[in-house]
Parts: sequence; structure tokens; C-alpha cells
Amino acid sequence: MSVNIVPTSPTGPSGKPVKTVDMHIGDAAPGCKKRDPILVVDGVRRSFGGLTAVDVDHVEVPRGAITALIGPNGAGKTTLFNLLTGFDKPDSGAWTFDGRPIAGVPAFKVARMGQIRTFQLTKALGLLTVMDNMLLGAKGQSGENFFRALLPFLWRKQETANEAKALDLLTRFKLDAKKDDYAASLSGGQRKLLEMARALMSDPTLVMLDEPMAGVNPALTQSLLDHILNLKAQGMTVLFVEHDMHMVRHIADWVIVMAEGKVVAEGDPHEVMKNPAVIDAYLGQHHDEDIGEDQPEHIEALKELLDDER
Amino acid sequence: MIDWGAIFSNAAVELISPTTAAYALAALGLAVHFGYTGLLNFGQAGFMALGAYGYAISILTFGFPVWGAFLVGVGASVIFALILGIPTLRLRADYLAIVTIAAAEIVRLLFTTNTFAAVTGSANGLSGYKNEFAALNPLAEGSYGFGPFENNAYDTWLRIVAWSIVILAALLVWQVMRSPWGRVIKGIREDEDAVRALGKNVYAYKMQSLILGGVFGTVAGMIFALPRAVVPSNYQTTLTFFIYAILLLGGAATVLGPIIGSMIFWVLLSFFSGFIARAVEAGWLPFMTAIQGGQLRFILVGVAIMLIVIFRPQGIFGNKKELAFVR
Repeated sequence: MSVNIVPTSPTGPSGKPVKTVDMHIGDAAPGCKKRDPILVVDGVRRSFGGLTAVDVDHVEVPRGAITALIGPNGAGKTTLFNLLTGFDKPDSGAWTFDGRPIAGVPAFKVARMGQIRTFQLTKALGLLTVMDNMLLGAKGQSGENFFRALLPFLWRKQETANEAKALDLLTRFKLDAKKDDYAASLSGGQRKLLEMARALMSDPTLVMLDEPMAGVNPALTQSLLDHILNLKAQGMTVLFVEHDMHMVRHIADWVIVMAEGKVVAEGDPHEVMKNPAVIDAYLGQHHDEDIGEDQPEHIEALKELLDDER
Repeated sequence: MIDWGAIFSNAAVELISPTTAAYALAALGLAVHFGYTGLLNFGQAGFMALGAYGYAISILTFGFPVWGAFLVGVGASVIFALILGIPTLRLRADYLAIVTIAAAEIVRLLFTTNTFAAVTGSANGLSGYKNEFAALNPLAEGSYGFGPFENNAYDTWLRIVAWSIVILAALLVWQVMRSPWGRVIKGIREDEDAVRALGKNVYAYKMQSLILGGVFGTVAGMIFALPRAVVPSNYQTTLTFFIYAILLLGGAATVLGPIIGSMIFWVLLSFFSGFIARAVEAGWLPFMTAIQGGQLRFILVGVAIMLIVIFRPQGIFGNKKELAFVR
């Protein structure tokens, strides 16, 4: 029984994004149960030598919502991403996607199941055209078999359909004018857009974005935010890693906070920012002492954390 | 006085010689590996040796027909590709380079060692396997062609078969590289993690590419062996580097590049060797002996290739646009 409100438009009448609410069961504590989880992680540990990068006991990602994974640098967010998508192997632990256990499943099979990720450092395929980048994202292409590739009439129809779909997506992401250019000629922000559009070619159910806003200029940020909200409007689940608190507050329905490899807090974006564990994680144990004028970035971060949405 | 006519006609002979075809085909295999997939295969000489020896041993020792010997060579290279690929294709690209260069040397040394002399002929190699191929010749005795391209029936037959195989291989590469399969392959060259994240089995694609380019190298080894004897010293690492030179000359990720590159390479090589030999004879280069002159041609070819790579790094057929984004 799902009580998720799936909005038909990314933003409500007030212009603010419609938030999905009431997703959890019980208190919003670390590892709390969700009414309809799409991703359930149990006891995942990964250490590099003596450093335990990830040590997550239990965490659930709610379906049909936008979940933010935040935490200071080195908290293990990207490592957790790599583990969940099969790009890295944990020391121990299990997790299920859509009810299917996918621990130990190779990355390409995880992607085929509908859990598609992007990378923190954009991986646009530079010397392929934008259109080829898009077409590469499509699933189940018969022309990707070597022997069938030799006989174009076997895949021409599918290719044409994929091209139409790609063009439609590129138009939405305002990249259609660039479709015949090499991806290497795109700006950093456009590459982020291309990577996201390419991920959508496979009609994923869970989109995992690793720092979608990193290195994107403020003008493009708004458009990227709208695209992420659109994913939710189309019924996809989004899990993203981000450092920008304004953005997290603006679009996330649920926030999972990691620090030193563990999940230290979970909850609604407005509530979770006030959680002492989160403030500790970001600012250290001594945030309430005078941190002095020589650390303006701490004051800035503190302001950002405690700042209510304007 | 220098006989320019002889120099040019000897150079022109190389334009369509079977050796040129063999190098073109081997370079096409490297284009699949390096140009399209980004696999650093430095063991193409090993694939060629397997083709040459696979063919020669099958005929001489086991008395196989031509098609059987052909299949033995191709089968050997598929197995070789699997042995190379299974442990290394999951690792970073440079590991494949190290393993292939070593494996090709292992293959050559196995053919050189005296232990198997009864089968491999050791350092003297093998000869006398041409009759079976000549027996398939449908051409009547006589001479065919014109000018520098005039040959007897066997040589003409060999040229027809060699270049037909090159053309078929080129058409095959052209077709698969414009298909979705080729798109995945080129994506792997750019960033294999990105392709993996899109649900493609990168490992399987790299293996298919390694086998395809390796089989091209093997067939090239057979063509290379037919006009001469099979001698292990022909399959040293320098052979691989000549093929890389041809590939870069023509353009790494192109179909025509390796073929035209091979023609240019061999015509230049023949021209320089003819010119220097006659220049030494005519006393133009008094400081040089004929033997030194024989070495000089490789120096001149090296300089020519350097100039092309410096002033046209994408090769002759490479896309100029790609240059703007050289990483």
C-alpha cells in the first residue's frame, strides 16, 4: 500500500516543488523502515586497508521520491554508490533492488535491471557524437550482437525508433542542436545534461546521480533541478549525492546523512538539517565554540544549514 | 648514373604485393584493437606467427587441405586471444600491452626452440607448403598484368586472393563499426565505465574485438607466409611496431587508413632502399657502404613517419575534427 503522491507536474501551484511526504514508518531515525522501499541495504561494509569507508547497517530508499545522500567529504557516499551499482565489491553485506537481491551482480546487469547511475566526474564519450552517446543508452538493441550487426535490416527499424526517442530527449534537454557534434565539444554543464539524458534512454526505474551539480554554472543549475524534478514526475525514483544544501532542501523529499561511512541521520530535509548529528558531522564536535574569524567557510556553512528556506 | 625507372618500377611493385596486403590486413586488425576499441595489443606479430605456422604445420606435418590449414590457424589465434584476454581484459589497458608483447615473444621463441625442430623447423623455419595453394589456382600458365604489375600465374593468383581478403575484411570492419556493435566498441575506447553503467557487457565486447582483430592478424600471417618461407625471426616485436607505424600513418580509427598506410609504407621503403643502393653505387654517398645504405632506408622511413605523425597526427584518413579534442 503506497501513499506516495506522484505529482503530474514537477512544481505545484506556488512554483515550489511538490514534496512527497509520509514515506517512513515510525520515527525518522537512521535506518528507519519505508512504506515502499525500492532499494534496501543491509550490513554493507567496505574497507580500504585500515580505513572503513562504508559501514551501513540498514537503510531503505523510498520509491517514487527524490532522496538526497549527503555528508561531508570522505563520508563514503560515492563508495556506497559504487557498491550499490556493482562498480565495487563490498567486504560483506547484501542489498535488494525492487525486491531482487543484487549483491555481487556485475554493474552492467544492475544497469539492465533499471538502476542507472551517472558519475561525479562526467563520463561523456568525447569522440562519439551526442546522438551516438544517446543511442548507446538504449537497452536490448539487437544490433549490438556482432553477427546481427553485419545485417543492417535486422536492426535498422529499432535504430530508427531509438533515434526518434533520443531526439525527443535531446530536445527536452535542449541539446538537439548539438546532436551531430562530438560530445567533447560540449561544455561541462551540457555534458552533465547529456549524461542524464543518456541514462534516461534505458527507461530506468531508479536513477542514481553522483553530484549532478558539481561544476555546473548557476544558470544551468535551475534547469538541471527541473530535469531532476521531472524524473520524479514521470514516476522514476531518484537518489543523488550532493553538497549544495540549498539544492537538497529545494528538491529532496528525503535526506540520508552519512558521516565516516555510517548513516547518522535520516529525515525530511528541513528537519534533518536541525539534527545535532548532522551539524556535528559537518562542523565537527565543537561547532558551538567560537570558531573565529579565520574560518569564514564554517560560518558560511553554518548559516546555510540553519538558514530557513526563503 | 642512377636508373630512376628501375627505382620507381621496383617501388610500384610493392603497391599490390602480397606482403603489402598482409601488412594492410594486420594493420586493419590493429585498427579494430587500438583505433576502435582502445586495446593496446603489442602482440600482433604473435597472431601473425600463429597464422603462418598454423597454416604451414597443418599442411606439412598433418597433410591438411588449404581450408583445413586455414581453420587451424584461425582456431589457434582465437585460443590465443582467449588466453590473453581472460586474465587481462578486466584490468587496465596497459596490462594487456605488457601481456601481449610478452606472449608474442613466447610464441616466437616456442617456434624457434630446437625442442620442436621436427615440426617447426626451429630457426630455419618451414618451406615447401605452397603447392596446395598453387593447386587451387584457376589461372592458366602465363603472365598477367602490365608494366611493374606483371606477374606469373601463381603470383597473380596470390595477389587476387590476398587483396580479396583485404577488401572483404575492410568491408566487414566498415559495416560493424557503423552498427550498434561498433558504437559500443567505440564507447569502450572513450570510457569503459560509462558504457558499463549503460548496461553493456564491456568484457565480452573487448573479447570479441580482441578475437576479431587477432583473426585478421592471423590471416595476414598466412598471406605473409605464402610468397616466402616461414622463419621465426620474421615475427619479432619490430613487426608489430611496423604495423603500428602503418596504422598511425593511415589513421587509427579508419578502415582505409591501414590499407593505404601499408601501400605508402612499402612503396616508400622500396623506393628508399632502391635509391640508396644505387646512390651508393654511383658514388653519391662516399661515406657509406652498401650495407650501411641498407639500414638507412629504415631511418628515412622513420623520419617520414615522424613528419607525418607530427604534422598530421590523425593520420591520412583520420578525422580532422577529432584533433581538437586530443586528450
